[in-house]
Amino acid sequence: MDEIFHFIIGKYNYWASLVLLFIGLYGMIAKNNLMKKIIGMVIFQTAILLFFVSIGAKRGATVPIIEFGPDKQPLLEASAYANPLPHVLILTAIVVGVATLGVALAVLQKIQRVHGTIEEDEVLEDQRQ
Amino acid sequence: MKRLTLVILAICAVIMLAAAVDLPDWADPASPASTHLSPDFLEQGYGETATPNIVTVVLADYRSYDTMFEAVVVFAAALIVLVVLRHTPRKRRKMLQHRPVREGRDTVLRGAAQLIIPVMQIFALYVVGHGHYSPGGGFQGGVIFGASFILLALCYNLKFTIERFREQAVLVCVAGGVLLYAGVGAVCLAMGWNFLGYAGLAGILGVGEVMARSHGILAVEVGVGITVFSVMMSLYYDLASGGDLDEGL
Repeated sequence: MDEIFHFIIGKYNYWASLVLLFIGLYGMIAKNNLMKKIIGMVIFQTAILLFFVSIGAKRGATVPIIEFGPDKQPLLEASAYANPLPHVLILTAIVVGVATLGVALAVLQKIQRVHGTIEEDEVLEDQRQ
Repeated sequence: MKRLTLVILAICAVIMLAAAVDLPDWADPASPASTHLSPDFLEQGYGETATPNIVTVVLADYRSYDTMFEAVVVFAAALIVLVVLRHTPRKRRKMLQHRPVREGRDTVLRGAAQLIIPVMQIFALYVVGHGHYSPGGGFQGGVIFGASFILLALCYNLKFTIERFREQAVLVCVAGGVLLYAGVGAVCLAMGWNFLGYAGLAGILGVGEVMARSHGILAVEVGVGITVFSVMMSLYYDLASGGDLDEGL
């Protein structure tokens, strides 16, 4: 019992991103409207970013910016600072995510222009004709 | 279809739960992610680059190739949006002229924008310039700077913004930021160091190798900031007006 409790509480960051992951995946697969599919994709992406950034957390650690002691000497203990790598990777991934979202919206506008709709089945029907 | 989706998701959930058993606990200091590379970065980063913000150090120095190509990806996204949306045939364009024309005469909106936009822009420059010592850097500052122009376009209208910041100027900025980044790398190469080995700038700037790395980080952060800010604007111009750059939202 204690082990199960520890499993649930000790890894709660994964549960949060798992829930978001499945909301996004469900949106991408089940929704018919392409705009909703894109929203699902963004939620999916956010879940992965959250998962990644949560790995960087360290108990008893502060943000990875070197602090200085009273004698102006830098405090260089790795255990005092959170892991900087996930932050770096996610920082770039967020901006690239926005850029790819822009491309997705542009393609969506083009689809709307050519087919007059952004419902997936109607687009497919329009293509068959 | 929806029932099938739920079945697929349930299978995925079981697989992921099985995998989660082996993952390290939340905020575990002994997790693999925190024990291999990151202690080296945290303990040596400041001594090697004289920059307290280790995120900036890793972003723009240790992983600067990665960041450069992130900037190239953002640049490519702006170009793709241009190719997809601009220059639509006249006939189609006529069909789509149903956007309401916004006059943008709201006094409250305009007054608020006039108050907020200069503060936002100065804050954006601060975020870029102070990225060595506090959370910040080119990506964040660039997004805030781009957001200030998007706010201008929302509160007035797109035409007003385009008159002040033409599309050509935006595109020059998009390319110029990436060029600045790659140019810093090329200068380092010309000085006999590796591509983006900022210590090569020491001779030009007249400082030590450690400080040269700090200044090199600032230079590429500015390049990233210019690219991100202008890509935000380019995306907004094209998406808000459907590629026509006329009235916008």
